[in-house]
Amino acid sequence: MTLRVKNVSVARGGVAVLEGITFDVPPGKGLILKGPNGVGKTTLLRTVAGLQPAFKGTIEAPEESIAYAAHSDGLKAMLTVVENLKFWAEVFGKSDISAAIEGFDLVDLQDRLAGSLSAGQKRRLGLARLLVTGRPIWILDEPTVSLDTASVALFARAVEQHLQSGGSALLATHIELGLNVDILDVGPFRATASEGAISGYDEAFL
Amino acid sequence: MKALLLRDLKLAFRAGGGFGLGIAFFLIVVILVPFSVGPESSLLTKIAPGILWLGALLACLLSLDRILALDWEDGTLDLVATSPLPLEAVVSVKALAHWLTTGVPLVVAAPLFGVLLNLPAEGYIWLVTSLALGTPALSVIGTFGAALTVGIKRGGLLLSLLILPLYVPTLIFGAELARRGAEGQAVSTPLLMLAGITFGVIALLPFASAAVLRVNLR
Repeated sequence: MTLRVKNVSVARGGVAVLEGITFDVPPGKGLILKGPNGVGKTTLLRTVAGLQPAFKGTIEAPEESIAYAAHSDGLKAMLTVVENLKFWAEVFGKSDISAAIEGFDLVDLQDRLAGSLSAGQKRRLGLARLLVTGRPIWILDEPTVSLDTASVALFARAVEQHLQSGGSALLATHIELGLNVDILDVGPFRATASEGAISGYDEAFL
Repeated sequence: MKALLLRDLKLAFRAGGGFGLGIAFFLIVVILVPFSVGPESSLLTKIAPGILWLGALLACLLSLDRILALDWEDGTLDLVATSPLPLEAVVSVKALAHWLTTGVPLVVAAPLFGVLLNLPAEGYIWLVTSLALGTPALSVIGTFGAALTVGIKRGGLLLSLLILPLYVPTLIFGAELARRGAEGQAVSTPLLMLAGITFGVIALLPFASAAVLRVNLR
């Protein structure tokens, strides 16, 4: 269940942004990616999640083991909190959503439409989705955006519990979560100019 | 996959879901035709199958850009792509949901609208048959177009431009089937051609849609 990233280069919009990234995330461990805006953290996470191919290098992860959470939560405004979570639980072949609802303090919001939640509440619901997937490797892109300090603590506790139960997590974040995990600064891996634009990269042509 | 279908149907019926939009548009097109060509009933009888088919096709087109664009905007598509559901199944289910919320109401309403255009009595059964057989193809081809244009700002117009030429074979044989049925001629050739087109696109296009979606999600 170890996530292995070996000598990976990633490209965004046909331009290499990071190169030579190598790390392992074994079960029970977490890794936080740090680096300035635009350095390629999101691109790296999307690549590891399998949404885009790596330009170079290899990414090894067990099949069907990654739960990905991006900037947007994938919530439907016209469905209630419970309906949103139930949908994702069914997609991932699970049925129990009570742990997720309690874990992210959503009990009082259960029957509200997701569209009427505040930004922070939506974010909590989006993160609760991770718990219903039942997948061991979490890949989180800026998970704490628009969360208040209490919710950040809630989130940190959820990650801690996930790690203790043998899961692992790869996060990109700018704030201090108080987690006992390794930190990788991706700044030094910025792609050099010589790498430049990649010829033959089939960007969208429309 | 059942969850995705049920969710899409639920969303279509809730506020802002757009259910009923296509059928209302279809009704308006059919009502406007007698105003524009004049109230001559023999002329209307002659053009009724073609007008009904064109109206149904345009009504179908109206809701195509919602198939994938909404899921793209709120990030659902990225999350579904990393879920256990294969993208081929996702686009098939999306097309099915579109057909159930747009195509089926059109099929049901078409006989009623046929009255407005003085469609001959023997034409109704073939109008319904042709639409029931042809509208699934419209939804599946439309989903392919939606996958091609997903992520493009104001992709709706581009989607129409890309998709309308692809609708031509379905329109030709669908309208021909309805016309021949209305005039009491042999219908087997257009019927078989229309069925061939529909089952062909259902079998092949989901793979193409999933492939372009993968490229667009990068």
